[in-house]
Amino acid sequence: MRAQIAVYGVLAAVALIAPFLGLYPVFLMKILCFAMFACAFNLLLGFTKMLSFGHAAYFGASAYVTGWLVTVQGWGTIAGILGGVAVALLLGLVIGAIAVRRQGIYFAMITLALGQLVFFVCLQANFTGGENGLQGIPRGTLLGVIGLGNDRIMYYFVFAVFAAVYVLIRRIVHSPFGQVLRAIRANEPRAISLGYKVDRYKLVAFVLSASLSGLAGSLKALVLGFVTLSDVSQTNSGEVILMTLLGGSGTFLGPLIGANVVVTLQEYLSDLVGAWVSVIIGAIFVVCVLVFRRGFVGEIQRIFAQRAR
Amino acid sequence: MTTVFGVPLAAILGQMMLGLVNGAFYALLSLGLAVIFGLLGVVNFAHGAFYMLGAFAAYIGLASFGVNYWWALLLAPLAVGLVGIAMERLLLRHLYQVEPVYGLLLTFGIALIAEGVMRSQFGASGKSYPVPPLLQGGLNLGFMVLPVYRAWVILASLIVCGATWLLIERTRLGSRLRAATENAKLVQAFGINVPLLVMFTYGAGVALAALAGVLAAPVVQVSPLMGSELVIVVFAVVVIGGMGSIIGAIVSGLMLGLIEGLTKVIYPEASNIVVFVIMAVVLIWRPAGLFGKEQ
Amino acid sequence: MTRKSIIVALGALLGLSAASQASAAADQVVIGDIDDMSGVYADVLGQAGFDAIDMAIHDFGGTVLGKKIMVLSVDHQNKPDIGASKFREWADQNGLTMVLGGSNTGVSIAMSKVAAAKKIAFIAVGAGGASLTGVDCTPYTVHYAYDTTALGNGTASAIVKQGGKTWFFVTADYAFGTQLQEAATKVVLANGGKVLGAVRAPLGSTDYSSFLLQAQASGAQVLGLANAGTDFSNSLKAANEFGITKTMKPAALLAFLTDIHALTLQTAQGLYLTTAFYWDLNDQTRAFAKRFFAKVKRMPTMDQAGYYSATTQYLNAVKAVGSTDSDKVMAQLKKTKINDMFTTGGYVRADGLMVHPMYVMQVKTPAESKYPWDYYKVVKVLTGEEADGSQSDQSCPMIKR
Repeated sequence: MRAQIAVYGVLAAVALIAPFLGLYPVFLMKILCFAMFACAFNLLLGFTKMLSFGHAAYFGASAYVTGWLVTVQGWGTIAGILGGVAVALLLGLVIGAIAVRRQGIYFAMITLALGQLVFFVCLQANFTGGENGLQGIPRGTLLGVIGLGNDRIMYYFVFAVFAAVYVLIRRIVHSPFGQVLRAIRANEPRAISLGYKVDRYKLVAFVLSASLSGLAGSLKALVLGFVTLSDVSQTNSGEVILMTLLGGSGTFLGPLIGANVVVTLQEYLSDLVGAWVSVIIGAIFVVCVLVFRRGFVGEIQRIFAQRAR
Repeated sequence: MTTVFGVPLAAILGQMMLGLVNGAFYALLSLGLAVIFGLLGVVNFAHGAFYMLGAFAAYIGLASFGVNYWWALLLAPLAVGLVGIAMERLLLRHLYQVEPVYGLLLTFGIALIAEGVMRSQFGASGKSYPVPPLLQGGLNLGFMVLPVYRAWVILASLIVCGATWLLIERTRLGSRLRAATENAKLVQAFGINVPLLVMFTYGAGVALAALAGVLAAPVVQVSPLMGSELVIVVFAVVVIGGMGSIIGAIVSGLMLGLIEGLTKVIYPEASNIVVFVIMAVVLIWRPAGLFGKEQ
Repeated sequence: MTRKSIIVALGALLGLSAASQASAAADQVVIGDIDDMSGVYADVLGQAGFDAIDMAIHDFGGTVLGKKIMVLSVDHQNKPDIGASKFREWADQNGLTMVLGGSNTGVSIAMSKVAAAKKIAFIAVGAGGASLTGVDCTPYTVHYAYDTTALGNGTASAIVKQGGKTWFFVTADYAFGTQLQEAATKVVLANGGKVLGAVRAPLGSTDYSSFLLQAQASGAQVLGLANAGTDFSNSLKAANEFGITKTMKPAALLAFLTDIHALTLQTAQGLYLTTAFYWDLNDQTRAFAKRFFAKVKRMPTMDQAGYYSATTQYLNAVKAVGSTDSDKVMAQLKKTKINDMFTTGGYVRADGLMVHPMYVMQVKTPAESKYPWDYYKVVKVLTGEEADGSQSDQSCPMIKR
């Protein structure tokens, strides 16, 4: 317990003073958005053991909707974000309802295919700008009072939202609802035999995960000022899986660590080695799946547990 | 000009012909996927990458070693099949005891590696592979000119699909494979070397993908990205046909190619997504797929 | 102890991002090259474009105002997010003073917005979309080599006047393709022609068969190929394969020397195309081309020559105003008359367009070609005003009515 508070304390302190340490705020915000995405994804993969292979659909769709609402329709920032999240929620509901009927591999394939469907819709639709994407998205203001154009102010806003989402996910996992999810993860047939409407629980978890992923996407659209097809692509779906797996699925800090590592690696490597980035990401995937399935935080927890004996 | 629903008949027939060519590719690729899934329970995400490697094997064979198309049809699948076997032996085998999703993730990682390596060597835009001299020229079908090569693709795919189906459903080797799918331990107890069977089956499935790649090389230009979008459509086809069903894969592949072609004429905007929409509908109405068995 | 090690470990991981520090070089003039290095347009500009910039810097002397000239280069992979992010990052972290680039209108539009926000000069070479000096214009954008308006007035005009009255377009599905189709359509209609239809093909498509069948079904006389790079060569090859070129005349709305080289004269002969630069036009172009060939082993395309010229003009402007401040440099560029190996009598208009003569060429037959890379013959010369109009585009918000 004390260790946990210490860890969170240090992390929070570092995060709060980060912009003043000369770190590039836009880059940090990008990490936070993807960390949020990974945490939301982890709700599904780590705590309910559902591997959604097309999760970028919710991230990207929400990003597009928020971008469009704020630029073309002239909505305010908060309203734009809520609009995007609402769309992500609906999308999660529809796709989840279809996918949740099957499990394991079948579930993964269905989410993959339906995610790709969302990609193609975004490619064709007029409002997304297709290959050109949505550009020049203004950050607007927080409730009309605080301008978000300044990178540092925006950073604190994004950090606040991230912290809120993180706390929310912890509460969900530790709530009675979360306990049922973990029971389903441990042994689904037993949960069914205990009388729980398992499909309904899974669908709720799916929709929650999709909505929070959407929130991450909307924030990213505002931070970077554009949305493109990459946000809704299969590559993005694959990357969030890697972030969660690498960091440690089923842990809380795991996705944050994973997102940090993956986004930073890409930033660096793309300058140095160009196309080899995919190779390195692929190699990390392979190594992770073969020998590092618990991820960074998972391994640390295991070491801790062994020492405690 | 005769029209059907306001669209000229010639246009419909032309697009359906092209759709049949695409369907031939879908059938070949879903066949390989279905074979691998049926026996190993692994969803081979790397299938698109092996298709791409097959095409590149043909391209490199021609450009660097002067291996012509006909030899490539034989050698490329063999070469890529060996790579597949190595992969199964060294990597995939360790994951059979763990949940199947990890197999999917491993093959996903392998696909990224293969694509990345090829992209760093060859760039992202396609390389030209020439149509072999024997198959050049076009057939005037009246409603369109069909390049001879595309007619050959349809023929070759049907032959290979037919031969594979025969092998699995009508021979002793095939019956052992099918038995091992249902109960591997029992089959092993009968003295059949199941791990060896599994290894060769993976190799064979991968070789089918590579063959499709060689067939595709003169049509779609050889590019490191050629497999990645295609593989997702093929997954949808396999889900529609029924995940372990051989006949389901072949029939759905051809059918969906035709439907896609038809959509291109009638409602072109939806042609990219029609396969996924059909998949969603089939899943709601018949979750095991059209030819699948309820598990 | 283990707790401390965890905290240290986690802190270190977070600290990875701290390494995203990059040095802002105060004593360097930093030029950015953001381009398609590996995709559809890689041969048109790509790595050889970078070599052209290098040549220009070297010829200029390597330093300006006593500062060393540095070039940063990245492959935007035809993705607007990569182009825009890199531009922004270099501006924030690396002391960027000018960006050359594009080769993709969608990416260039995204970059022009960053240029406006960061007040950094952006010279778009390779992107075609006329909206860069129209609806998307900014005070910091210079659109250098050619644009879709000129292509329409050149190639489309030549073909319509020869009798190609009915058109069907196969268009690359992004900003460039759409704008090229619009420009050509305007010219076709103005000359009494008709557009029977159009189909959009995703950027990077390799199988054009179904799009071409649609074109054939329309019965149009002209197959308008509103695409470029490997998209163009693939669609032309497929058109030949399916016998479409027997009944429809292909219109190469944008074609580069490298495309003709890849297609070979056998396939490409007779095509009309519009270009600002051709290596064999005059002694000055030939001299440049010879040096370029020695370095790259290929003759320069219009875009690669454009990169060389733009870099030199930029450096000249910086020297003339004595600073890298983009407002001053842009003002200087808009006052300069451009006479070099790339073009003669060129000038930068108020909306950012570099207006200069354009040449309508026809691809020679194999018999007419006497030596390697001898591909074009001049059919018509358009003055800058004929190619792009004499006034700034009215849709540009900067221009006061």
